[in-house]
Order: sequence, then C-alpha cells, then structure tokens
Amino acid sequence: MDIKSLEDRFNEKIDEDVRIEPKDWMPDNYRKTLIRQISQHAHSEIVGMLPEANWISRAPTLRRKAAALAKVQDEAGHGLYLYSACETLGVERDQLLQDLHSGKAKYSSIFNYPTLTWADMGAIGWLVDGAAIMNQVPLCRASYGPYARAMVRVCKEESFHQRQGFEIMLTLCKGSEEQKKMAQDALNRWWWPSLMMFGPTDEASTHTEQSMRWGIKRFTNDELRQKFVDATKPQADLLGITIPDKDLKWNEERGHYDFGEINWEEFFNVIKGNGPCNKQRVDARKSAYDNGAWVREAAAAHAEKKSKKQAAA
Amino acid sequence: MTDLTKYNYVLQHADNCLILGQRLGEWCGHGPILEQDIAMTNISLDLIGQARMWYQYAAEIQNEGKSEDDIAYLRDAWGYRNVLLVEQPNGDFAQTIFRQFLYDTYSCYFYEALMNSSDERLAAIAAKSHKEALYHIKWSGDWVIRLGDGTEESHNRMVAAVQELWSYAGELIKPNETEAKAHEEGYGVDLSAIKEKRDAKIREVLTEATLEVPESTYAHEGGKDGRHSEHLGYILADLQFLQRAYPGLEW
Repeated sequence: MDIKSLEDRFNEKIDEDVRIEPKDWMPDNYRKTLIRQISQHAHSEIVGMLPEANWISRAPTLRRKAAALAKVQDEAGHGLYLYSACETLGVERDQLLQDLHSGKAKYSSIFNYPTLTWADMGAIGWLVDGAAIMNQVPLCRASYGPYARAMVRVCKEESFHQRQGFEIMLTLCKGSEEQKKMAQDALNRWWWPSLMMFGPTDEASTHTEQSMRWGIKRFTNDELRQKFVDATKPQADLLGITIPDKDLKWNEERGHYDFGEINWEEFFNVIKGNGPCNKQRVDARKSAYDNGAWVREAAAAHAEKKSKKQAAA
Repeated sequence: MTDLTKYNYVLQHADNCLILGQRLGEWCGHGPILEQDIAMTNISLDLIGQARMWYQYAAEIQNEGKSEDDIAYLRDAWGYRNVLLVEQPNGDFAQTIFRQFLYDTYSCYFYEALMNSSDERLAAIAAKSHKEALYHIKWSGDWVIRLGDGTEESHNRMVAAVQELWSYAGELIKPNETEAKAHEEGYGVDLSAIKEKRDAKIREVLTEATLEVPESTYAHEGGKDGRHSEHLGYILADLQFLQRAYPGLEW
C-alpha cells in the first residue's frame, strides 16, 4: 500500500473512533506526539512521587502513613504502565529516562512546587489529582489503544486519591485553628499552580488543534480548566476555606464561574526550569538513576550467568 | 494494665515493624529501578500494616483508652523495643537488602511459630503476617543472590553490607526476659527453636550468592529493652513531628 492509502485508512479509523494499535500504520507525527505526551505523563508520575514521598516519614498517624505509601506506590505503578505504553511506540524506557534527566522531556510543572506542611498532602490529592482527573478522563477514549487502556486504570486510582486528599483537607478544616490555617495556606499555594496544570490558553496552545484532530485530545485546555474551577469552588465552600482569587464569582449568563487572570509569566518561568524545586526534582531522579546503575548491571550480569548455567545443564 | 509482659512482648514486634517500615519508606521515589522502588514501598506498607495490628492489640492489653497512634507516636527512645538492626540506616541498596534479609529470615520463622500461639489474637496476627513475610524473604533473598553473584562491584558492596550488619543478626534470635517469659506462658515463640532454621537459611542463600557467612557471633543488643543506637532519635524526630508539634488533634 502506498503512503496515501495508508494515511487514508488511518484517518478513517480516527473518524470512526476505531482504536489505533501498536502494529497499525500511523503517521510519524502521530507517533512522535504520542511519545511526547505519554512519556511526559509517565515522567510526571515518577517526579510526582517526590513531593508526597517527602511527607511519608512525617505522616501524623499510622493510617495516614499507610495511605501515603499506597498512594505514592500507585503513582510509581502509573509510571510503569505509561512507560510500557510508550515502549509499544518503539522507544525504550531507558531512553525516555535519559530525556527526562537531560531536560529534553518535560513533566508536569506542578511538581516543581514544594510540600511545606502536612496540609499539602491534602491539597495535592484534592486539587492536583482533581485537575489530573479532568485532564485524564477524556484520555480513556484516546485514539491510541495502549494509552487509552493505561488511562482507564490510572483514572480509577486517581479518583480514589482525590477523595483521600479531600478527606485530609476536611479533617484539617474541622480541626483546630492551626490545622485550618494549614489547610488555607495549602490552598493559597496550590490553587494557581493547579489551574496552570491545564496548560496555556487555547490561543497560545501549540499542540491542541492537531491533537484534537487525531483524537488524542478531546477537550481544549480552557474547557478543562473551566470545568475544574466549576467543580472545585463548591468543594472549597464545603471545606470553609477561600480560593485565593478575588475575581472568582458565578456568572449566571455563562453558567460558569468567572475567574482571574493566571500569572503566565510564572507558568513559563517554571516550565523553563526556574520553579522553586525544578533542580531538586531532576537531581533526585538523576541520583536515583545513577546510584542504581550498579544494581541494574548486577541484575543483568546475574541473569546472564543464570541462563548460561541453565543452557549448560 | 493486666499483663505487662504480654504488653512488652507485643510492643517489641510492633516497634520492629514500624521502625523497619519507616526506614524502607525513605526509599520511596529514590529506588534504583522503578519496579524495586515499588517493591520496597510495598514491603514498607506491609510492615506498617503489621505494626498497626500489633499496636491495636497492645492498646487493648494496656486498657487505658489509648489508640494505636498514642502508643506508636508518643514514647521517647527508651520506650521503643525494636531490635537495633531495624533502625540501622538504609546505606546503599546492598545494605538495605541485607538488613531486610536478616529481618525476613527471622520474621518468617517467627511468624510461622507464632501461628501456634496459645493466644488466638497473636496467632491471627501471625497467620496474616506470615504470608507477607514469605513474599518478603523471597524478594530480599533473591536480591542477596543477584547482588552477591552479579558483578564485582555488587559483590563487593554485598560483602561490605554483610560486614556492616552481621553484628546485628544475633539480637533477633536471642531471647530477652520478656521473650523467655512469654514462651514459658505459652503464647510466645521459643527463639532457640527457630535459630537453627534461620541460620540454615542464611547459610543457604549466602552460599548461593557466593558470599561467606562471617564466623563472628558477637551480637549488639539492648534494643528490645529500650537501649538504642543514636539513629533512633532521628527516626523518632521525623515520625513524631506532627503529633508533638500539635498534640492531641485528629489528623
């Protein structure tokens, strides 16, 4: 088949909402876009382990400690299946990790902010996982099969994490004055970075149009951001804490909340590497990788010796 | 308190699980391979789960209206009864593996024996924990072999880990007064009966790993009676921070 008819067949599948599978022909740019997006997502999962792992040793009760361990472990698991989905597109996990370490590949900027109090464990679950779910639920219908299937599992666990985060916030908000202050402070620090998780405005987004055409993306950044604000404002009211945006108010005509201007200068600065923890996060990943090199070599060497022995026997 | 010996006996095991779980949790996000990061977190999670069962029982025996967290979080170092092994630092991956292996070779035989305890509650904790311990020893034993037999570097690192930790192996199977009394009363495990099995397992795995079993039998001890290394204070500073900074709150 010539390229033209392969392309037509591919576009037909996309139009008919038929999943593209690893062995199917696909345009180079579709493949590249998927590798970029899925690996970025995988990296976000494993870099995202760090800010929360920061509070495991200090979790205030055994129940919270166990939940924190389980949550961070889930994220590692998400990283695993997303790296596997990426490998079906013909790129090795090791290469993807190199790209993360060199700064070539990105991860969600939200994880470049520090976790300063226990309330951040609540705020991350409630807001960051909440925003992630908004982004990710539509991806369960993404056109690429392995990605869509990985996302089904990811989303189930994320919604559990979101409820768990909200429950941490609720406990704090029902607690002492100091605990409530902790919760408000966490909301103040995580609110705007959470809105930034949806990416640049539709006008400024370079990838949206093509990704929507390919069925990799189903809603625009601004649509998802609005959905998130609409869902989250009543939750903040329920908690009795205040979203740090004086322009946030219900717009009867639009049937949505209006909200203030995002500080895009901060957003692009963090993406460029100037966030409070960009260096620490990448350094932590690199040092885990570098310090683990001898372990990976030992495992490979032992496996080889073992298979030689078995072959000789 | 109706039974101080049983309370202390339960606490020893609760503290072992908590402190080792706390140590392993430090690896979370920093493991050498993503799959092993998950494995260590998983074992940490098992240990925290076991610690909770033990502390809940301790709270019931104590019968002063305290919760699992009151007991786990609100003692000073001298009140903790874990063995010295579990508070030792993670070191490199080889050291973490060998610490885990020494603990697992003890815990799987300990729980196996405890399943026959005259105390039903202890037998139930043992039955649940034994299943997990079997998985843990499979994991740590396989890694001792992989690293010992792997490359020159990994072999040398395993040799160093064995040297570093060997003197903490003895305390696990040497009964203190509490354990001796618990055995006498029929609910505790006879540690001398599991020593042989444990030693044989260590020998079997180290031999397959091309590592030597050290001859020294000198054992650091005291942890079971509240005499600890300098490390424990720092572990507790992290563990207890919120409970100490904001006493008496719900979290």
